[in-house]
Amino acid sequence: MEKEKNRETILDIRHVSIYFTRYERGIRRRKLPVIRDLDLRVHPGEVVAVVGASGSGKSLLAHGILGILPYNSRMEGEMFYRGEPLTKERAEKLRGRQIALIPQGVTYLDPLMKVGEQLCRGRKDEETVRRCREVLDRYGLGPETEGLYPFELSGGMARRVLIASAVMDKPDLIIADEPTPGLDVGAARRILGHFRELARGGAGVLFITHDLGLALTIADRVAVFYAGETIEEALAADFEDPERLRHPFTKALFRAMPVHGFAPIQGSQPYPGTVSSGCPFAGQCQACQEACVSTEHIPVRQIRGGLVRCLYPEEGNV
Amino acid sequence: MTGKSRSCFFLNRRQSTLLFLLVSLVILAGITVAGVLLEEQAAVTDFTRTNLAPGRAFWFGTDWMGRDMFIRTIAGLSLSIRIGVLTAAVSAAAALVLGTAAATLGRRADSVISWCIDLVMGIPHILLVMLISIACGRGFAGVVAGVSLSHWPSLARVIRGEVLQLRNTPYILVAEKLGVSKLQIAGRHMLPHLFPQFLTGLILLFPHAILHEASVTFLGFGLSSEQPAIGVILSESMQYLTTGRWWLALFPGLSLVLVVGLFALLGERVRYLLDPSSVHE
Amino acid sequence: MKHRLQFAAKKILRMALLLLGVSVVTFLLMSASPLDPLQTNVGQVALGTMSQEQVEHLEAYWGVDTPPLERYAGWLTDLLHGDMGTSLLYRQPVTTVIWQRLSSSLLLLLTAWILSGVLGLLMGMAAGACRGRWPDKLIRGWCLLISSTPAFWLAILLLLVFSVWLGWLPVGLSVPVGMESGMVSVADRLQHAILPALTLSITGVANMALHTREKMIDVLESDYVLFAKARGESMKSVVWRHGLRGVALPAITLQAGSVSEIIGGSVLVEQVFSYPGLGQAAVTAGLGSDLPLLMSITLITSAMVFGGNLAADLLYGVVDPKIRRRAAK
Repeated sequence: MEKEKNRETILDIRHVSIYFTRYERGIRRRKLPVIRDLDLRVHPGEVVAVVGASGSGKSLLAHGILGILPYNSRMEGEMFYRGEPLTKERAEKLRGRQIALIPQGVTYLDPLMKVGEQLCRGRKDEETVRRCREVLDRYGLGPETEGLYPFELSGGMARRVLIASAVMDKPDLIIADEPTPGLDVGAARRILGHFRELARGGAGVLFITHDLGLALTIADRVAVFYAGETIEEALAADFEDPERLRHPFTKALFRAMPVHGFAPIQGSQPYPGTVSSGCPFAGQCQACQEACVSTEHIPVRQIRGGLVRCLYPEEGNV
Repeated sequence: MTGKSRSCFFLNRRQSTLLFLLVSLVILAGITVAGVLLEEQAAVTDFTRTNLAPGRAFWFGTDWMGRDMFIRTIAGLSLSIRIGVLTAAVSAAAALVLGTAAATLGRRADSVISWCIDLVMGIPHILLVMLISIACGRGFAGVVAGVSLSHWPSLARVIRGEVLQLRNTPYILVAEKLGVSKLQIAGRHMLPHLFPQFLTGLILLFPHAILHEASVTFLGFGLSSEQPAIGVILSESMQYLTTGRWWLALFPGLSLVLVVGLFALLGERVRYLLDPSSVHE
Repeated sequence: MKHRLQFAAKKILRMALLLLGVSVVTFLLMSASPLDPLQTNVGQVALGTMSQEQVEHLEAYWGVDTPPLERYAGWLTDLLHGDMGTSLLYRQPVTTVIWQRLSSSLLLLLTAWILSGVLGLLMGMAAGACRGRWPDKLIRGWCLLISSTPAFWLAILLLLVFSVWLGWLPVGLSVPVGMESGMVSVADRLQHAILPALTLSITGVANMALHTREKMIDVLESDYVLFAKARGESMKSVVWRHGLRGVALPAITLQAGSVSEIIGGSVLVEQVFSYPGLGQAAVTAGLGSDLPLLMSITLITSAMVFGGNLAADLLYGVVDPKIRRRAAK
């Protein structure tokens, strides 16, 4: 039974933490956790959204899965791709083929290389060229796009080129890292439509964004990131009714959405690494109790088919 | 004391950099002082001990006049360092003044100074130092003038660029709008940004200045042959190469390389310490 | 296209003005010199034994009695007619001396320029790609060592090792002593050029390597390399496809800027190897206050430096897609 389940999940992330080392105040060296104790699963045909504020370490999650973290960082914990451990070596083989990244914007294209050449990754055989033309065509880009340099692309075109280059090899797992900033709602919806389409084709999509409203338009499940931790994992359907949400922050986030009253959240999120123990949301939580601050590590609990990292999830509906 | 020395083994990169700065400064200062004190002794000739190969008594050997090459080398290095510090300081000051002037005194001043920078950079360095040295009648004055007047352009260009960039940053523009005086803007907002650039530029000028002084002296346009300059020593050694007196050229040159290298490392380390992005390493 | 031509014309005009400036500066410096060409070349003792007439004749020859402004004006008018005057030391037309010297120096300069550029580029790319690991440390250490080494001392060292100890290569002179220059074989010339060219190539590497390393690191830390890796491109592909592209444009500027360094180095290296090139002539002219020759050498070498920069500016316009596409519109 357990084995059966494993084959179903494409990506399984267990207790992953990512650290940076840096100097502080002249000569002291410090280890800075950016992501702490992260758990996440992606299944075939599913769009999972990871929602968190800017600077909460979401992009590093994507880079960690792909094995392309910067040299001054370190990752702990386990990752599985299709049931087998996703080591750095394995990630190196899989990325670009089975696991694809859709990055944020035009800066992710080499400014000195033509689009066609970048898509083909240096291969010049007929098959590659044909597939390149095909995939551009699928996203409404004519063959003349191949001869353009990135600075000649419009914002929307660049975004479609990035998607095209990611899905050229028909990957099973697509990680979209904030792929829509700067686009108007219509254009963003269209881009997201492409993701839904990819999921319908059997791929798993990990959609990383700061925009909860946008995430809810296509996601099946939503994981909420707060100060480097996942504090809740809920079904997208749970967001129809705030009573079904589990964590006070998620509820606050729900109320902060323009369609639900636009209520601002008091205070600000702590920077990653500044909270060493206790609940990171304690400073902003209206239901905060003494144990929230004194408990060193708050465990994840399963409630109503979702996950939550809170000691008093029932009392959170103040 | 033991606790202190033990912790040395666990220094992180920044602490070891600071330690390195201190040690190399002490070494360079030591050579400079020793050279000044030994200057008399460096000229002592003794024909009972000519052309000795390096050994226990004379580490760097002796030359055809029986002069101790080790003492001559130390005296020469000291002279090089002193000239290097003097010329680099003059060059850096000129660069600071001209670079800032180009960036702040309007378009006409900028184009004149930029034109001068291009002009000075257009003449091959050695040739320019030679020409200025000739104009000053060669010798000490010639080499000091030559090196100081030819090394400012690249640093001036850097400072000009930096000041131009600073002038257009929002917080400087806001300060101007708020009526903060120009002097205060320069002192409180611009200087702290310029200082790291200037300091590393200054330290990295030393190696260039020392090398060009030695080169020009070697060619015969610099210090006179009575002075124990490294350029003079090496130029003299040329006559004795084929007769197998390799030590006359090897050790003085090697010592010069070490001193210049120390300055270059010093500059690199200071830049590393002052670079805000190095906090992540 | 018109835009490009305008750009080139502007640059050439500026270059001509700068060259005029160089000639003025050189002339001012030379005529400000307190050194008396008669004393340095003829000697105090010999002058004392000469008659007043002879001394006056010499003064006229060395141009001591002519007012500076008149002298400069005369020199400039001659130059515009293609006449660079007569070298006072070599007693030959300056054009002849320079042509001879330049033809033997050019081999040296070109080899060293190309070799140090290519080597520096490759070393910089390797160091940047291996950032923090031993190849990087090795290359950085080497560059530090090389940039702290005076070119003339390196020349002496190589001379000691290869000519004196090993006896593989000749000690000096590009031409064997006592042979007519016309009789010298190409092999002889090459043999004498090996060590000077080697010295110059070694010393020229550091700047290019260190700057290329910095640029390479910038490229490797860029978003687009991250994405290239995410798409499965290997490190090799990243370095050669993206790295080389990113490094190439700054390298053009650097390589153009190194012309001045290479010429400066050749002055020293030619002196050590007694290689009869332009650099050695410059030293001789400087020591002997040969004004026409030194001015012409300064002018020619400056023209080479400015020419290099101009070529880089124009080449940039061809290589950089942003400028190229804008010009095409």
